[in-house]
Amino acid sequence: MEKLIAQIKQGKVWPFPGGIHPPGQKTISNTQAITRLPLPGKLVVPLKQHIGANGQLIVDKGQQVLKGQALTKPIANWSVPVHAPTSGIINDICQMPSAHPSALPELSVIIEPDGQDQWCELAPVTTPSQLSHEQLIDIIHDRGIAGMGGAGFPTYIKADSRKAIEYFIVNAVECEPYITADDVLMREHAADIIAGIEIMQQLLTPTLTIVGIEDNKPEAIAAMQAAAEHNDKIIIQTVPTIYPSGGEKQLIKLLTNKEVPSGGIPADIGVLVQNVGTLFAVHQAVYEGKPLIERVITVTGNTIHKPGNVWALLGTEIKHLLDCQGFSPVPQQRVVMGGPMMGFTLPTVRIGVVKTTNCILAPDHDELAEPGPEKACIRCSACADACPASLLPQQLQWFAKSKEYDKLKEHNLFDCIECGACAYVCPSEIPLVQYYRVAKVEIKEQQAEQVKAERAKERFELRKQRLEREQEARQNRHKRKPAAEKSADEKQKIADALARVKNKPAKGDEKSAVAAAIARAKAKKQNQDTELEPDNSDVALERAARKEQARKYKEQKAASNTAADPDDKKSAVAAAIARAKAKKAAASESDNESTSAPADDKKAAVAAAIARAKAKKAAQAVSVENDNSESEVATASPADNKKAAVAAAIARAKAKKAAPAVSVENDDAESEITTASPADDKKAAVAAAIARAKAKKAAKAEQAASVENDNSESEVTTASPADNKKAAVAAAIARAKAKKLQQEGSDQ
Amino acid sequence: MTLFYALIALGSLALIFGLILGFAAVRFRVQSNPIVEQIDTILPQTQCGQCGYPGCRPYAEAIANGDEINKCPPGGDATVKKLADLMGVDAKPLAGGEQAEPIKTVAYIREDECIGCTKCIQACPVDAIVGATRQMHTVLIDECTGCDLCVEPCPVDCIDMLPVETTKQTWKWQLDAIPVTQID
Amino acid sequence: MKLTMASSPHSHSHKSLSRLMQTVILACIPGLIAQLYLFGTGVLIQLILALVTASLSEAIIMRIRNRPVWSTLSDGSAWLTAVLLALSIPPLAPWWVIVIGSFFAIVIVKQLYGGLGFNLFNPAMAAYVLLLISFPVQMTTWMPVSDLLADRISLTQQLSVIFNGFTSAGFSVDQLRVGVDGVTMATPLDTIKTDIAHGLTVSESMQAAIFNSWLGQGWGWVNLGFLIGGLYLIKAKVINWHIPVGVLASIAVCSAIGYIAAPGTEPGMIFHLFSGATMLGAFFIATDPVSAATTNRGRLIYGALIGLLVYLIRTFGGYPDAMAFAVLLLNMAVPLIDYYTQPRTYGHGVNK
Repeated sequence: MEKLIAQIKQGKVWPFPGGIHPPGQKTISNTQAITRLPLPGKLVVPLKQHIGANGQLIVDKGQQVLKGQALTKPIANWSVPVHAPTSGIINDICQMPSAHPSALPELSVIIEPDGQDQWCELAPVTTPSQLSHEQLIDIIHDRGIAGMGGAGFPTYIKADSRKAIEYFIVNAVECEPYITADDVLMREHAADIIAGIEIMQQLLTPTLTIVGIEDNKPEAIAAMQAAAEHNDKIIIQTVPTIYPSGGEKQLIKLLTNKEVPSGGIPADIGVLVQNVGTLFAVHQAVYEGKPLIERVITVTGNTIHKPGNVWALLGTEIKHLLDCQGFSPVPQQRVVMGGPMMGFTLPTVRIGVVKTTNCILAPDHDELAEPGPEKACIRCSACADACPASLLPQQLQWFAKSKEYDKLKEHNLFDCIECGACAYVCPSEIPLVQYYRVAKVEIKEQQAEQVKAERAKERFELRKQRLEREQEARQNRHKRKPAAEKSADEKQKIADALARVKNKPAKGDEKSAVAAAIARAKAKKQNQDTELEPDNSDVALERAARKEQARKYKEQKAASNTAADPDDKKSAVAAAIARAKAKKAAASESDNESTSAPADDKKAAVAAAIARAKAKKAAQAVSVENDNSESEVATASPADNKKAAVAAAIARAKAKKAAPAVSVENDDAESEITTASPADDKKAAVAAAIARAKAKKAAKAEQAASVENDNSESEVTTASPADNKKAAVAAAIARAKAKKLQQEGSDQ
Repeated sequence: MTLFYALIALGSLALIFGLILGFAAVRFRVQSNPIVEQIDTILPQTQCGQCGYPGCRPYAEAIANGDEINKCPPGGDATVKKLADLMGVDAKPLAGGEQAEPIKTVAYIREDECIGCTKCIQACPVDAIVGATRQMHTVLIDECTGCDLCVEPCPVDCIDMLPVETTKQTWKWQLDAIPVTQID
Repeated sequence: MKLTMASSPHSHSHKSLSRLMQTVILACIPGLIAQLYLFGTGVLIQLILALVTASLSEAIIMRIRNRPVWSTLSDGSAWLTAVLLALSIPPLAPWWVIVIGSFFAIVIVKQLYGGLGFNLFNPAMAAYVLLLISFPVQMTTWMPVSDLLADRISLTQQLSVIFNGFTSAGFSVDQLRVGVDGVTMATPLDTIKTDIAHGLTVSESMQAAIFNSWLGQGWGWVNLGFLIGGLYLIKAKVINWHIPVGVLASIAVCSAIGYIAAPGTEPGMIFHLFSGATMLGAFFIATDPVSAATTNRGRLIYGALIGLLVYLIRTFGGYPDAMAFAVLLLNMAVPLIDYYTQPRTYGHGVNK
């Protein structure tokens, strides 16, 4: 320990294996001072700009926000708020392409700046040394600081490390070519960065703080040394220029000769790494009270007229950055967020800058040539020589191609930091990193699937046991009172195979009364004896817990669902949905009509009529006819009820004609008519009319070939609007389905 | 006489080695899972019954008793291949011309159309649907195996099998599939 | 203007497969010049024959496999194989020897295994061994260096020998090999081996005309040529130093031990290092990336074992030289060597 510190103080560094020397291209952008962009016309602020969970949205569409005002508040661990980068109006809150390689949509707040750039009230602290540990952590948390070097790790979590930190390492290496954001930031704000470092020293109390800077940034080194002179616990260490010395694990090895254990974090070995940009943000958050709403971004590449570094508000669209710096795109233009080694291309320039965006690179084809076609690996192991993690990339590549996931794990695929050094040197131009990334996702997915399969198995077994238990219980009951009907059992509902009539008055709610008339028809013979009634009591608790989870999930998904039903109290919506499906083009048959008479009602009128007809046509065996018809009519007169009245009338007709023969028709028709007369209800009335008709025509061809199987359904629903103060909903749904199934075994 | 010696020598050698082998077989027996267990772990546990058996376990037993290994559409080609390796038979294409790489789906109930009949609940092999009579039902997405057994019993056809949505964690770097735009 | 998506890294070192192969072929030039000077233009004829056959074989196979012909051919790997094979066989061997060899190397050893990158064995060496076993006479009739010949053979004479088997004057290769002193000449390794088998000591054997200047005339120069080319390859970072160092160090150590143990029957370290295919093998053959070990530690072991085998076969085996056998045998051991010499990955095996 003592010896190590002495060595570090002497300026000793411990090179890591591998590494490459790509052309730096830094002088393109680091010669001018940082400029400030004009205010953009629109800001797109994604709610999630870090690793972890979203914050909870606390603003609404149309709301006026001030610069620095929080848009979200942290709700769970690992969630970091985002703030309004300038004052303006929230135009929209919607899904926008995210600053992620996949560009998958992410909930974003869209702000239209008002041009005032008016700050909200800030709470600067002049002497942070007087603040308690918790107060400082809260400031860092509330100001939305997350790692600005690339990963976006929430800074408050790192600063609140439970493990003792011996070495606090400041990552000022910036080893990726082209990027100079940290370089110029250090030149211009060295004193502030040192002040940020001192706040972290106060929080972490490390033995030593080491600032690692590559030797290609002499000005930054000089500035930082001058600024850190007063603090003898800060060492400015110059490290040789080699990519990827700025990788967290590589930098730790380089500066302290320690290695982070595989699968562990630096804190496990008493080391903590922060990026200089983050430390500047910490300074701003504490001394100025400003949340993280802007950052330095290098805009560079041969297609940019004025390459350089700019202060950009978070949420500034890339297009604005490019336009302000002058951009003349070439055909097949790539716009890379990040550096040339680890950055990702953007599918659109309408993506907002986030906390981790350090560079926008718009190269032409001369400086960064498109990769050529992939050739065969000749196992030259240039990749292994370049790998900073001492992996065997060529072996991994073989295994990834043949999907040998166990071998991949054995060869430590998950220790790959995806730095791209291997692909950079590969003479066969194999996109090695791409293979590893895909393999990593697939391995993780496989593991998740295994867990899921295990759980499904468990649940299946439990269900089977439950069903057996119930079966047994029922048999016991039957033994005891063989003649007894199941009427007494509350849980058991009548499951009747042939026909059922229900007449059920729905109860009106105090606020909204919904009268529904449902008529149902079944014509299935299959579910007769072994049908078991659901008994959810066994898993009720488990389900209740998961239900909430399921809901949340669904809420997220809701945006992508197209089916939206306009049930709204305040607005009257009339919707008619007609759907027609035609599979394998068959002539649809059997139309059904249903009419529903509007109800005379003062306040609400509910008219529901459901008519259903089913016609099944099945041909099975040879020339035998079997007629079977039933019909039922059920009528329910409306109930006069103050609160709710539902009238349901169900009429059903069934006609079955079954013929187990070839070329014999088997018709099965059911029809139901349900009429619900309006309920006298003071508060609300909803009129719903559902009419549905199904016509199924099924033909099984087991012995005979080319038998058509027609299946059509049609529904017509008419609903007359209800006179209602508050709402009138009329919904008409018509559905028609025509299915033609022409293969044995493929019918429903 | 030499022939006799030779016979004795070889016979006794055979006897000794036989004894050694027999002893080793008992003494160093490798405790491996019964074959049914091994097959069962390979099967995807969707419990969908598309193989013709009521669940994965019964199908595993059937395979152990010599049934075909290509009857599991949710498992796709990968499962067939693993089964072929385990059983020492040739992998063959899935029966019924199913896709080699099945798209993973989960059931989704259009809740405003649901009439609360509980039929899907009875059909679900893993109890992944919650709801009560005349109450709206919902699918526990995390538990749903995508077996689509609930779709058929639904009297109002309000259950859709939707492909599992891609998240940033499950996105497989299909850069080609991202729609790119013009620089405007 | 449409945006383009690409996977990182977006930068590349601009090393390419064809450049790599070209560099290796270029590095053969010093050795080739030495051979040309010492054995005449026959080497060049063999080289052209090998290149043509290899290109044709590769093109035909690519056509059969429905792969693009030119892009595969232009990676230069087939040409490199052809060059190495041409440099390994006697310059005046009949034309069909090199044709069969090149065809076998490309079609059987390389393409039937799946093409570049998939071959288990070094194509040039596998072909060499096939030829050596199938046509032992043709494959061992190395001409003595031209200085020692009774008559220098002109280019047309060499062509005639290669394609007809005889010069226009009717001399066969064997007759041509008769040196100025009327004794049939062989390679130095061959001579020593035969002599020692006849009970002579090394110093007695060294009296022969073939040894009358530095390292048996010629062969030392050829090896020096390949050494220079090899050093260039290391400098150009085309090959790592591990395999050549492994091979040479192992041969040196073994021959030194042998010399100390039995000075009378051991020609010594320098002789072993600069005879036969030592340098060609160490820098050009054993370093073939496809069939060699891929970890640096593994490469040292791989090289050292090749050196050991070369020495053992040269000293105790039936063949005068052994580079091809040694390389092929070690090719088989590569998966094992690689498996046991994986480098320690970052973060593994460290104390928490």
